[in-house]
Amino acid sequence: MQTADLLPLVLVLAAVAYGFAFMRSRAVAAPLGGIRNLKALPAYYAARAALWCAIPALIILGTWAAFEGKVIQDMVMASLPAELAPQSAGRASLTLSQISNLAAGKLDPSIVPEGISGAATLLQELREQSSQFKTLLVILIAVLGGTFAWTQVAPHINARKSVERTLQRLFFVCAAVAILTTIGIVFSVIFETFRFFEKVPVSEFLFGTSWSPQTALRADQIGSEGAFGIIPLFTGTLMISAIALLIAVPVGLLSAVYLSEYASPMMRSVVKPLLEMLAGVPTVVYGFFAALTVAPFIRDLALALGLEASSQSALAAGLVMGIMIIPFVSSLSDDVINAVPRTLRDGSLALGATQSETMKNVIFPAALPGIMGGILLAASRAIGETMIVVMAAGLAANLTANPLDSVTTVTVQIVTLLTGDQEFDSAKTLAAFALGMMLFIVTLLLNVIALKVVRKYREQYD
Amino acid sequence: MSVISDTISSSMNPTVMKETKMPESDSTKAKIERPADTVIEEGKTVGIPFSDDPKFKLRDVNVFYGETRAIKNISLDIARNEVIAFIGPSGCGKSTFLRCLNRMNDSIESCRIKGSLLLDGQNIYDSKRDVVELRARVGMVFQKPNPFPKSIYDNVAYGPRIHGLANRKSDLDDIVENSLRKAGLWNEVRDRLDAMATGMSGGQQQRLCIARAIAVSPEVVLMDEPCSALDPIATARIEELIAELSESYTIVIVTHSMQQAARVSNRTAYFHLGHLVEVNDTSKVFTTPEHELTESYITGRFG
Repeated sequence: MQTADLLPLVLVLAAVAYGFAFMRSRAVAAPLGGIRNLKALPAYYAARAALWCAIPALIILGTWAAFEGKVIQDMVMASLPAELAPQSAGRASLTLSQISNLAAGKLDPSIVPEGISGAATLLQELREQSSQFKTLLVILIAVLGGTFAWTQVAPHINARKSVERTLQRLFFVCAAVAILTTIGIVFSVIFETFRFFEKVPVSEFLFGTSWSPQTALRADQIGSEGAFGIIPLFTGTLMISAIALLIAVPVGLLSAVYLSEYASPMMRSVVKPLLEMLAGVPTVVYGFFAALTVAPFIRDLALALGLEASSQSALAAGLVMGIMIIPFVSSLSDDVINAVPRTLRDGSLALGATQSETMKNVIFPAALPGIMGGILLAASRAIGETMIVVMAAGLAANLTANPLDSVTTVTVQIVTLLTGDQEFDSAKTLAAFALGMMLFIVTLLLNVIALKVVRKYREQYD
Repeated sequence: MSVISDTISSSMNPTVMKETKMPESDSTKAKIERPADTVIEEGKTVGIPFSDDPKFKLRDVNVFYGETRAIKNISLDIARNEVIAFIGPSGCGKSTFLRCLNRMNDSIESCRIKGSLLLDGQNIYDSKRDVVELRARVGMVFQKPNPFPKSIYDNVAYGPRIHGLANRKSDLDDIVENSLRKAGLWNEVRDRLDAMATGMSGGQQQRLCIARAIAVSPEVVLMDEPCSALDPIATARIEELIAELSESYTIVIVTHSMQQAARVSNRTAYFHLGHLVEVNDTSKVFTTPEHELTESYITGRFG
């Protein structure tokens, strides 16, 4: 049986073990005068049996599935006659795919050498054997585990403790998955980044003021040297994010204050979901709203005022992005403002403070950590946002402080570097990883700073 | 006890000054009757509910939470510079009534208040009335100590700052020191005014809340079970404080402790199921109560 079929089978066995252990624990308890004379409730004995049945079997299954392919491959390759043994890693993988295609029947056996088709038969056989052996082993382990736990259903065994311990470990594993994934992402980016820095010096990357990642195919072409200075990208990112936050923080915060302090329950129940809907609009929709409506409007307005403006501008992208991230600020702030104890509010009102004074002096400081959290989330959304910028701010890496000019951001450049046909070891492609790394570091720094600020100014209640 | 069903119309309630004594009350006092069987005559309060020089003049007050009537036709005077205690079983409306006096019920959506509530002859619930000014005159201390998560100094300075009571930093310092002295807290905190108020003990926090309330020089201080979260030593300290404060402020205190009411107040009002049953001099209420419900309550037969 295949791994995918074995998985439900193990779960069914675990359910059976659960049922048997449950019944047995009742049977054990009956002559003792009821289940209160057991160390744990029947459900715990049953859960323990199910865990004993499922976990060892699943571990075996997982390990087997992880190493099965590699071991079989090595055995097949070793079986090849000496004259067919591949000389290089590239040849080896070619031979291997030939063998497996042959085994799968996708290749005509007459066009390959004798030794290869022999290897294909061997591969087929090994796979079948492995599958049978795996199925047997897993079922055996599951049944053994379940039976062991079933015999362990006894008044003196404390099933509650062992089930709790196992669950605790399970929760730990779940938490570890998220952390390990993050670490994995960081490492994959780090290695590519180092490869990039072998081609382009770090100082040029960090302090260069020009970005044009075109590397020519031939050395004698014009402009064969690409320029990889990230400063124009970062200023673009920062400018657009800053404009977005300038819109989102005041509007979001004040609407949160309105919703939590002034709005009637009716109003609140209508407005809050509507505001949160803003977060659900796909960014590509915001993108064309920015590109087709806001950007031309801004250009016309600027021209009317006698200012020079390009048809794509940082301002247009920033404004629309600001609207997009309003709900991140407002929704989280609203929640934390509501969480401030009512007694604090009453205390301030009773001293003759107005609602807005109470808000400013008491509720806002108490809710600050949560509000900062919301703003930070909004900021990281703004920095990471790509679609709106592609459509509304352009692709030109201008180093400018004029929000009416077109700019580009780090994320947009990552997208343009990695889309299309690319050779994977050119400086141009690797630059995307370096950019990703920089983005990661900047966001991390922002988080650390915000955390420090919050710790310093937090006013703890209760 | 005469049995009259609840009548909402306030016109049926004659305003009687001074003694409002039920003719049969003496004979009924001896009878041992389940208090729950007693039907209270609405708006009839025995004892001395009225005063010649009232700070608060409250007439036919009704409070509704949605459809529920929580306060039923209460009329009461609170005299200048007296300490009046509100006692009664849980849910009898004494806190609700107290919160009417500085309009703290305003923030409760479903709450409506009917009747005439006058502070120094002016209507508390007048639509033109400035709530801020009212609350500056009628301060409040709550059941659970609720210092702001700020420094001790900032807590006391909070009120004076909002009301612009100090022109200079030194004025503010004086107000803070005086308030803390009056609240009996100065010697304990003089060296750590910058420390967080939330780090103090419960009793200190409650005295800080009192200092905070008196820092805006109110005329009245409302206290809603100020000692219910405190130990006996802290309670004794607060009671001493109430005695000192009573020289310059009118104090209304809600309490579940009858000993406390007996110790700190001049007059005691007994509430029952939204009715004001009896108001009298504290010594009289606790020695010779006129109403049988009052007697049942203070002798511990219920509540």
